[in-house]
Amino acid sequence: MKSLILQTAARYLLPLLALYSVLLFLQGHHDPGGGFVGGLIAAASLMLCALAYGVPVARDVLPIQPRNLIGIGLLSAAAAGSVGTLQGKPFLTSAWVKLQLPGFGELELGTPLLFDAGVFLAVLGVTVSILMTLAEEEEEE
Amino acid sequence: MDLLVAVLAPLAVAPLMPLVRRFAGRHVGDVAAAIPLAIAVYFARYVGTLGDGQSVAFRRAWVPEIGLSLSLRLDGLSLLFVLLISGIGALVCVYAGGYLAGNRRLGSFFGSLLAFMTAMLGIVLAENLLTLYVFWEFTTLTSFLLISFEHERQAARAAAMQALLTTAAGGLCLLAGVILLGLIGGSFEITELIERGDAVRAHRLYPAAVILILLGAFTKSAQFPFHYWLPNAMAAPTPVSAYLHSATMVKAGVYLLARLSPLLGGTDLWTVTVTGVGAVTMVVGTVLAFTSYDMKGILAYLTINVLGTLTMLIGLGTELAAEAAMIYLLAHALYKGALFLVTGAVDHAAHSRDLRELSGLRHRMPLTALIAALAALSMAGVVPFFGFLAKESYLHAVVEAPRMWPLLTFAAVVASVLVVAGAGLVAVAPFFGTLSEKADRAHEAGFRLWFVPALLAVAGLAAGLLPQTLAAPLVEPAVAAIVGEPVPLELKLWHGVTLPLVLSVIALAAGVALYVSHERVRSVFDGTRVLGGWGPAAWYDKGVTLLDVVAHWQTGFLQSGFLRTYVTVILAMTAGLAGLMITHFGLTFVERETIGVRWHEGIAAGLIVAAAFVAVRSTSRMRAVVALTIVGFGVSWIFVLFGGPDLAMTQIVVETLTTLLFVFAFYRLPKFSILSDRATRFRDAVLASSVGIVMTLLILLATGVDQYEPTSEYYVRSSVTEAHGRNIVNVILVDFRALDTLGEITVLSAAAVGVFVMVRLVAPKGGRS
Repeated sequence: MKSLILQTAARYLLPLLALYSVLLFLQGHHDPGGGFVGGLIAAASLMLCALAYGVPVARDVLPIQPRNLIGIGLLSAAAAGSVGTLQGKPFLTSAWVKLQLPGFGELELGTPLLFDAGVFLAVLGVTVSILMTLAEEEEEE
Repeated sequence: MDLLVAVLAPLAVAPLMPLVRRFAGRHVGDVAAAIPLAIAVYFARYVGTLGDGQSVAFRRAWVPEIGLSLSLRLDGLSLLFVLLISGIGALVCVYAGGYLAGNRRLGSFFGSLLAFMTAMLGIVLAENLLTLYVFWEFTTLTSFLLISFEHERQAARAAAMQALLTTAAGGLCLLAGVILLGLIGGSFEITELIERGDAVRAHRLYPAAVILILLGAFTKSAQFPFHYWLPNAMAAPTPVSAYLHSATMVKAGVYLLARLSPLLGGTDLWTVTVTGVGAVTMVVGTVLAFTSYDMKGILAYLTINVLGTLTMLIGLGTELAAEAAMIYLLAHALYKGALFLVTGAVDHAAHSRDLRELSGLRHRMPLTALIAALAALSMAGVVPFFGFLAKESYLHAVVEAPRMWPLLTFAAVVASVLVVAGAGLVAVAPFFGTLSEKADRAHEAGFRLWFVPALLAVAGLAAGLLPQTLAAPLVEPAVAAIVGEPVPLELKLWHGVTLPLVLSVIALAAGVALYVSHERVRSVFDGTRVLGGWGPAAWYDKGVTLLDVVAHWQTGFLQSGFLRTYVTVILAMTAGLAGLMITHFGLTFVERETIGVRWHEGIAAGLIVAAAFVAVRSTSRMRAVVALTIVGFGVSWIFVLFGGPDLAMTQIVVETLTTLLFVFAFYRLPKFSILSDRATRFRDAVLASSVGIVMTLLILLATGVDQYEPTSEYYVRSSVTEAHGRNIVNVILVDFRALDTLGEITVLSAAAVGVFVMVRLVAPKGGRS
């Protein structure tokens, strides 16, 4: 099922969707978005690629095994939670630092960002590995 | 703090052992031995300072809410055990480095062994009973890994599982007993409980607590009728058997009894049960030893005998008995450790441990034969070995027992006779006589394999020759800790002609006589094998089989494997229970100011309903899926209308991906057809509608509840101030309720792994793989 229209559209949409997923993830703390939906959109962009060009191409787009993404995501989320433990507070208590970036202003960084990144990666990994596993099997038959 | 470091040091180093193995090569065992050796040296400085019942304590809160504190205490009893654990641990590490040389999993072996060491040190240093329980279970887990080290062998796996199930079941009893004790005494700290001892013993729940704790101790220390797991655990590599199943882990139960006897002891229940079980175990162990031809098996049964003796002595509760127990404990650690390691050397050199295949080994392994003889003489209780002192002191304690002394003395003498003959079985039978075929091919094992047992055997001789100098400083503080007051101890070989000495000599003579004719007597003992058919081991097997059967039936009953059944059950339960609650509390709606339905809201609702009908009535799978997607999009439209952009966005993406999932799954589905009859469809329709109605009612009811401030108000207030974010939905997900999210992504990950495994790793039908 190779469609020229879909392939052309996918070529432009894939980077846009990928960028959009990162944007959603980053703005999530103040505006609609977040790691969960960001991860889903990133997964959707990859699956669009898989539909248009086939799963092997989509696999090449992702530089890493989706299964490994799951592990990295879970570990990041757990690591973000452990920061609180190391400070002697309950697990998952958030910690924040304020950075002064010259010419850019003030930047607040906190463990929830790392946690959300973990969610992003885990959701992306889970969705893509489930869908690709099913899609690949079907292509093999 | 120092205590905590000492306890955790082996565990901290454990993960590095595979790495150490890579760099240290065949010296990995010697490197690993450095840790326990350092611990032994560190604690050695306390020898001679704890004689009057002093102790060193460390305490830190762990989970204060449940009274769990990380409190450790070093007193005389702990010190004796710590030195045994670390000292013999160091020796076993060196020995194992030689015994398992070349094994490709040597690194992880030492990792498990060191982790086990932490667990053992934790048990004997724990001051808080819950802390003790944590370390207790940690020994169970690490010993599982060690017993099943050669996990390619089915016997090793079964033995490890048996030991795990038996001791973990006992461990759960112990936990229940400890919690009861904590509730009765109002504390989990052992010293605090001992101060309130009278109140604890008078409490009506005291018997329950005692029985539960005893179950824990008895399973761990292989007391009758839980002794069956110990001989099977000999499937472990010999260094493990020597360390866990002779010197340390099986003594944990004995340690616990000794530790708690000032608190729980002295009552009829305690004395009769502990003494009785100990005495029975003492005799059963020796009798069963004669049913085995495996050198390690015999040693295991003889260890059961010793554990029984120690238990009996602690049950007696007299000062003499406490003394005897500690002396015997030390003596046994020395001679039994040596004998196990000698057996390992024989196994290594002759590739057999079977007495029927081994004889005359002394021609090929003279050094090993000498070591075995030294250790066995101590075991038989021959002057001037330390074992003689041990035997005399426990016979003394039994003779002067406050009650049942004739019976106990008889049992002790019978057991002693059999132990002497057993010593002959492991130290004389394989080494003397004509050279057998297997023995002929043997050779003296490597340096580590004779040097380590030799150290232990010679220590047994030295301690016998200079008991007051070498053994008393260790034993005296331990006895003081059990009895609760300083006990001056005078250890010497010659006490004059006393009843214990006479009994000891009788036991020795009878034992030698029994050994000489053991081949003829064996048939009598073999008769006990028949009893084994009704024995506890058979009960264990039946129990496990029963568990399997029940699990199989229950899984079949609850898990039909049909998604439709699961969905039906879940929906019916939800609708039923929620509906019941609604009828129970009645329908009371709070009148609310309604704004009426705007026209575009009406369109969204109409679209959802219409699409749902199409999905149900459709005769094409594709059409049904698209209709379901429309339902989803309609729902997300409603989210948009009511100010939930985050929800709407997520819903749309999820709908898209779900549709994709359906499309990919289509290829694996058979052609669409309607298989259900009218009645089934009618039932499904009723179920679906009632779920819908119940949920609608529930929502209407829920909006009418306004007794409490909605939690959302709190989130709105503190989102920016506490969590530095304005998007409340996301702040809840990643900060306020981050633990939920962590749980959810973990579940998702498990689902992904499940899908992968089901699709990729299952052999397709027809056998193609």
